[in-house]
Formats: sequence, C-alpha cells, structure tokens
Amino acid sequence: MVREITLGQYLPGKSPIHRMDPRSKILLLITYIVVIFLCKNFVSLLLMSLFSILIILLTGISFLKYLKSLRMIIFVIIITGILNLFYGSGDVLCELWILKITTGGIYNALFVIVRITILMMVSAVLTYTTSPTDLTDGLERLMKPLTIFHVKVHEIALMMTIALRFIPVLLEETDKIMNAQKARGADMESGNVFQRVKALTPVLIPLFVSSFRRANDLAMAMECRCYNGGKNKTRMKVLRFSKIDLAASIISVVIFAAVIFTNTIFQPVI
Amino acid sequence: MSLIRAENISFVYSTGTSFEKKALDNVSFEIEKGEFVGIIGHTGSGKSTLIQLLNGLLKPTEGNIFFDEKNIWDEPKKIRNIRFRVGMVFQYPEYQLFEETVYKDIAFGPHNMGLDDDETDKRIHKAAEFVGLREDQLLVSPFELSGGEKRRAAIAGVIAMDPDVLILDEPTAGLDPLGREALLSQIVDYHRVRKNTVLLVSHSMEDIARIADRILVMSHGKKIALDTTENVFSKGDELEKIGLQVPQVTRIMQMLKKKGFNVDTSVLTVEQGFNEILNCLSGV
Ligand SMILES: Nc1ncnc2c1ncn2[C@@H]1O[C@H](COP(=O)(O)OP(=O)(O)OP(=O)(O)O)[C@@H](O)[C@H]1O
Ligand SMILES: [Mg+2]
Repeated sequence: MVREITLGQYLPGKSPIHRMDPRSKILLLITYIVVIFLCKNFVSLLLMSLFSILIILLTGISFLKYLKSLRMIIFVIIITGILNLFYGSGDVLCELWILKITTGGIYNALFVIVRITILMMVSAVLTYTTSPTDLTDGLERLMKPLTIFHVKVHEIALMMTIALRFIPVLLEETDKIMNAQKARGADMESGNVFQRVKALTPVLIPLFVSSFRRANDLAMAMECRCYNGGKNKTRMKVLRFSKIDLAASIISVVIFAAVIFTNTIFQPVI
Repeated sequence: MSLIRAENISFVYSTGTSFEKKALDNVSFEIEKGEFVGIIGHTGSGKSTLIQLLNGLLKPTEGNIFFDEKNIWDEPKKIRNIRFRVGMVFQYPEYQLFEETVYKDIAFGPHNMGLDDDETDKRIHKAAEFVGLREDQLLVSPFELSGGEKRRAAIAGVIAMDPDVLILDEPTAGLDPLGREALLSQIVDYHRVRKNTVLLVSHSMEDIARIADRILVMSHGKKIALDTTENVFSKGDELEKIGLQVPQVTRIMQMLKKKGFNVDTSVLTVEQGFNEILNCLSGV
C-alpha cells in the first residue's frame, strides 16, 4: 500500500519539455509564478491559462495525472475560494448576516482558484518531466553563486538527492517491518492515540536502526570511491543550454510580456 | 480434514492503480496437520505473497482460506488469533528486533497473546533452546548479537508463540554453510518434537529435497504442483521449464541413467546417491 505514495514523481518521456535543461525549467517556472500573480484582469488570466494548457499538452503526459496532482490540495483551493467570496468590494449580490457576497468577491474567488490550479499543474510539469537527479543537479548549478556566502551548495544538493533516493526504500521497509510485527500480534489499528503511538515503537526502532545502517553503508561506499565533496567533481551528464531551451525561453518571454502588456491596457478587475 | 485449505485464491497488489500487479492467480491446495511442506518457485513467483495470505497479513482479492475448516476472514476483528496460530518468520527477520534485550524481544509475541509472565518465561527459554541461543545471550541487547544469532533470536520470537503452523520465508538466506545446516536441523528438530505443521520457502532444492514431505511448486503466480518430494523431483524437465532445477545428486543420477548405468533416479540426498552408486558399481 505504501508503494502507491509518490513524491515528486518522475514520468520519463521524450517530449520537448522533458529534453529541456532543468535549469531553464526551474528559472522559467519561477518567472511563471511571478507573472501569474501579476495578472489583474480576465484577458491576462486567460492568456496565462492558455499558455499553461499548451505546456501541459506539450509534455505528452495524460491530463489525468495532472488532475491527480491537484488531489492533495483540492480542499485548500475550495476553502480559499470560499473565503475570497466574502472578501471584496463592489455591488452586493446577496447578504447573509454579516457576510456579503459582492461581485468583487466573486472575481477574487475566481482568480484565486484559477491561479492556484494552473500554478499547481505547471509545477507538476517540472516534477513530472525532470528526474530527481537532474532536478537537484539543476538546483545545485543555479545556487552555485551562493558559495561566495559560504553556503554549502553541493552538500545541500547531495542531501536532497540522497533523501529523494531513499524515501521509497524507507517506505517499503516500513511496510515490511509493520508486517513482521503484526505477524507477532502487534495491534496498530485499535486503541486510543497514546496506545497507537506506543504501538509504533516496534516499527520505529528497527526503522531507525536500519536507516543508520544504510547511512553507514552509503558513507562507506562513497569513501571507497574516493568521494571528497564537490570540488573538481566532473559529471557524466553535463547540463547544456540547447536550442529547445532557447526556443522555450523566447516563447515564454514573449507570452509573459504579452500578459503584462494586457494587464496594463485593460481595466483590472481585482 | 485438512488444517489449511486455500480455495481459488487470487491476489492483486495495488488494485485500481497503474501499479496493478497480479501476484497470485486462482491457487487452490490443502495442507494436512503435521506436514512439512516445501515451497519453491522462481523469483517473483508469488511465494511470499502466498504465505502472507495464509496468516491473514494480506486479504485475498478473490477466493477463501480456511484454517481448521473455518474461513479466516469470517471475523476480520479476530484476525490476530489466526496470526498467533499461523506463525510467520519473514525473510531477513533480524531486522524486526527492537527491544532492549533478546529476552524482551522474544516476549513480544507471547505478551501480545495475553499470556502471563510465568508461561511467557517458560516459552522464552524453550524457544531459545530450540534455536540454539545460550541463556546468557538472552540478557544482552539484540543489536549486540551477530547476524546469524540475530536471526535465531527473531525466529525464537515466533516459535515462542507456539503456533500450530510455522511458516519460514528463506530462513537460511545469507548464512554460511555451517549456519545453514545448524538452522535447518533445528527447524527439523522443532518439527519432529512439536509435531506441528511447517511451511518452508527456499531457493535451495537440496535443502527442500532433504527435509520436506511434500513440495508446492509456484510459477508466475500459479500453482504448478503440490506433490510428494519424489514425484516433484522426478519431473526434472518440467521444473527446468519454469526456471527451477532438481537437486544436483538427482541430476547426476538421471545423467548416469542416460549413460546406461542402472541407478535409481529418485535419489534426493548425497548419501543416498553415494550408496546408490556404490551398489551399482559393486553389482557390475
Ligand atoms: N508490496 C508489493 N506491491 C506491489 N507488488 C508487489 C509487492 N510485493 C510483491 N509484489 C509483486 O508480486 C509478485 C510476487 O512477489 P513475491 O514477493 O510473492 O515473490 P516471491 O516468489 O516471494 O519472490 P522471491 O523468491 O524473490 O522472494 C512480484 O512480481 C512482485 O513484484
Ligand atoms: Mg519472497
């Protein structure tokens, strides 16, 4: 059952988005997020939505997967949507006690819902089309300038890679240990909160022990291969800014500029 | 009347997701009280899945499992009672140890059964003796034991529940030859003394041939055979087709027979083979 939990799930493919350099994907996503919060009227919001749909179609990944990425935060979207309904000015449409629904409120709610939805889906594009290794590689390269402030960029990236790599392993291990203790009659399904937390000890202790063992093995294996930090490390896969990246950047910049332009010429609604 | 009866059981992992995987496909069999059954099959054939179904850790997607003629899922709330009666030793069981001392760890099962301290104490000492742990080792932390000793401690933890059926999933994996021998003979002794049912999953045809009464052969989630050891290993060709082999001596005997020597090909152990060859040679 634990195997179904997916974290930053990568779906291999050959689409142009897959082939983009992780660095440009990360940078463009950041710009995208900024621009989406600049949208102030329906024309610019529509433009952004269409652009998002274009990106999603380009990845060649089924739309269902993107809907699934929303499943986790569907409640957040609904609740912020509802809260925004009552927050705003404009013509009062209906009044309940001290709560007023205004046209401004409806616009607010609509904007918030659309923004979060396309934001989540486009962020999912990054994790769906970039392997965890590429992602951390890209982050490491982007954060490189921070080394002058003595930030241990390479170490942080390495920690992220290892954590991502071992999450599924630990989940599987938890499953196994839980089964072994259940076979000895451990009762993890009944009782009050305290009893349940206590019932977890037989699972947590072996899990800790094996995590330390794994960490030890991994450290040993790395030392055996003469790992000594990021200095002078060369890479098997060198990140390259390609034609696809250039094209993607130009298209994005044009669209972002168009969004900002429409923002200024049309009347803002929020 | 059989002790365990599986009726057309199928099992699917992660139903309804893209990871869906049919691990067992319409498997039926019966196991009698007091039998020693070996379970063989290639990697991923569904052996571990099957045994987890037998003690209620997994629930069959289709079909029913009867223990003592009672459907084990009739009362899902009481599934723990089935787990106490069908003891299960997982692959690499040493990773389940967690208590401060070996003694306390072995006591985990009996305590969960609600036994009193006297009874628990008796069972712990008996179980430790069965698996060959010394008395002084009971008082140390399980993490101070060697790998093989840890495994013994973990097996003792299951034996101490005194289950009617003991299921072991590759108990000798990763042990040295002497350790394997010792552990196997302890399991055989346990079976002989307690007269209970033992199910043993193993990749070693030699071990299985030597100690099992009957063998359950699995391939790609399907039951291929459940028959006496001699009958199963007399069909070398069929076993080879599903990626398994007969024990080495049996193969040698079959080859000798093809070369025209008058030997018995149902030989399963090295000693039998030795005698058989001697007989054949002295008879010439
Ligand atoms: N938790 C799980 N989730 C999804 N699929 C699983 C899970 N456990 C096992 N499987 C799949 O079910 C099939 C049967 O696995 P099982 O562990 O029963 O095989 P096995 O015969 O015990 O193999 P081995 O000899 O390697 O231990 C395999 O194809 C495996 O990939
Ligand atoms: Mg297995």
